[in-house]
Amino acid sequence: MLNPHLKLNPKLLDKDVEQVPIRKGFGEGLFQAAEIDKKVVGLCADLTESTHMLMFKQKFPERFIEIGVAEQNLATVASGMAAMGKIPFITSYAMFSPGRNWEQIRTTIAYNDRPVKIAGSHAGISVGPDGGTHQAIEDIALMRVIPNMVVISPCDSIQAKKATLATAKTKEPTYIRLAREKTPVMTTDQTPFEIGKGQVVFESVKEASSPKSKVKNTQSQIDVGIIATGALLFKAIKAAQKLSEEGKKVTVLNIHTIKPLDEDAVVKLAHESHAIVTVEEHQIIGGLGGAVAECLAAHFPVPIEFIGVRNLFGQSGKPDELIEHYGMGEKDIYAAVQRAILRKK
Amino acid sequence: MPLTDDKVKLLETKAKDIRRSIIEALIEAKSGHTAGPLDMADIFAYLYFHALKHDSKNPSWEYRDRLVLSSGHICPVLYSTMAHAGYFPVEELMTLRKFGSRLQGHPHREFLPMLENSSGPLGAGISQTVGMALADRIDHGRTSSKQFYCITGDGELDEGNNWEGIMLAGKEKLQNLTVIVDRNNIQIDGFTEDIMPLNPLGDKWRAFNWHVVEIDGHNFRDIDRAFGEARAVFDRPSVIIANTIASKGVPEFERMFEWHGKPPTTEEEIKQAREAFK
Repeated sequence: MLNPHLKLNPKLLDKDVEQVPIRKGFGEGLFQAAEIDKKVVGLCADLTESTHMLMFKQKFPERFIEIGVAEQNLATVASGMAAMGKIPFITSYAMFSPGRNWEQIRTTIAYNDRPVKIAGSHAGISVGPDGGTHQAIEDIALMRVIPNMVVISPCDSIQAKKATLATAKTKEPTYIRLAREKTPVMTTDQTPFEIGKGQVVFESVKEASSPKSKVKNTQSQIDVGIIATGALLFKAIKAAQKLSEEGKKVTVLNIHTIKPLDEDAVVKLAHESHAIVTVEEHQIIGGLGGAVAECLAAHFPVPIEFIGVRNLFGQSGKPDELIEHYGMGEKDIYAAVQRAILRKK
Repeated sequence: MPLTDDKVKLLETKAKDIRRSIIEALIEAKSGHTAGPLDMADIFAYLYFHALKHDSKNPSWEYRDRLVLSSGHICPVLYSTMAHAGYFPVEELMTLRKFGSRLQGHPHREFLPMLENSSGPLGAGISQTVGMALADRIDHGRTSSKQFYCITGDGELDEGNNWEGIMLAGKEKLQNLTVIVDRNNIQIDGFTEDIMPLNPLGDKWRAFNWHVVEIDGHNFRDIDRAFGEARAVFDRPSVIIANTIASKGVPEFERMFEWHGKPPTTEEEIKQAREAFK
């Protein structure tokens, strides 16, 4: 069942669950952050409408800088503005920022320790018809590896709004990953959000609270733990629900902050499950799966199955078509859970 | 502030002190760049001892002018000038490039927070300075009292990021932004016009709507006129193309691209360099 403490969307498992693009939440969050704090400025590389910076631009034209199609400049100009005390939000498509301007982000933002907030829209394969050039599926890896950098991958538009508002208050350089397509709204305004804190969104059964001490360390309490990020969290929940109906015990953890990773939540889930499946719309190399594997290899090694793109580029197609083709659908998650269970000793 | 004859003499003395310290620091470090630091010593002396609004005892003074070093590899001249201007002890220059030193091989703010920026990877300084000037304009309008300076190499202008920033500054008419190009005609692999021709360099900047001043980068009267002009122009940013002699001051090293990225190491080289600034 859904975790009642998180006050998730009660219609989440209905057929007609509301769908909103994650990037829209960013636009709303930026607008609110700018109302709260005059230091917030916005810079865009000729994609003001599709990255949802338009509302901000119209209300605060004096705090908006149009950079043109020049993502290296986008990052470096923002660094300079941050040096003067501003809190710059920069937007483009993730493929170009942080794709094209990686070194500028590393040196002038992270190495310089400037609080620039990088919003990469149209991340993931679900960009669809635009094809492989525009589908950023390496961006988490690119940003995660840079010291000082915080990496956030919200699961829906409401979480994106909260993440945007939260990052406007922090001093760290931050990457916020956004997606183009409409995706299910899983959270509500009441759902808590804290940077760096994972959220158990689904558990097969509400355990009659059995104190941890009574469970032997060699036994797992549940069959599998699924760790998901971004919009695919929805498919993870759906797969978990099906597995639950078939008698499996599955817990789903939403990791919206990939760095710093909530190691406590990840290790706790590994302790409970002794088998993990990671789910992300990103290369399995270097993304959430990589982060979880690094953490568990160091603290509590268990079998891990990875859902993500397997060392391939994307192509044109409908978002759902592509998600299925590249093995990130509900059925794939379901199958990965079965594989993970088989690998348990 | 007028540049009196006495002031010119003082600046000449300071520039010599700065060059001497650069050489001693490089000899001690056994690695680093010689040509650019030596050829920019006059302009650094002019800035820190005449033109720049700054306070070595209060480096984070809000209303200071901002000086961004884009060509991070010439940091020995920045460090040496800052030391002589009272930011830190001159003796500290001997720690250049050593483990634990505040004086990193390329500047890093985390080690030396009084720096305006970290740099090394080329071509990013102009855009950062543009961002600073834009932010300042939001807060203080077009009559802000601050000046924003960026020092860049000429070979560095091969980098595309520069021209993105130059285009934006022209669009935004950032009148209190001045870029100083160290036109020493050399880069690592050879002479700039052989590696990747920059000429007609002034025309390139003019085409991006900048005010262009071309000067002898070792003549304090010329330097003073250029900075005065840059401050006076109100409808556009300015670039000072400072024609300099690579490794200026050590006759045996001058104009040679081989001195871009190495320090004096042999007994003879060390002797020649020390002799020059006795």
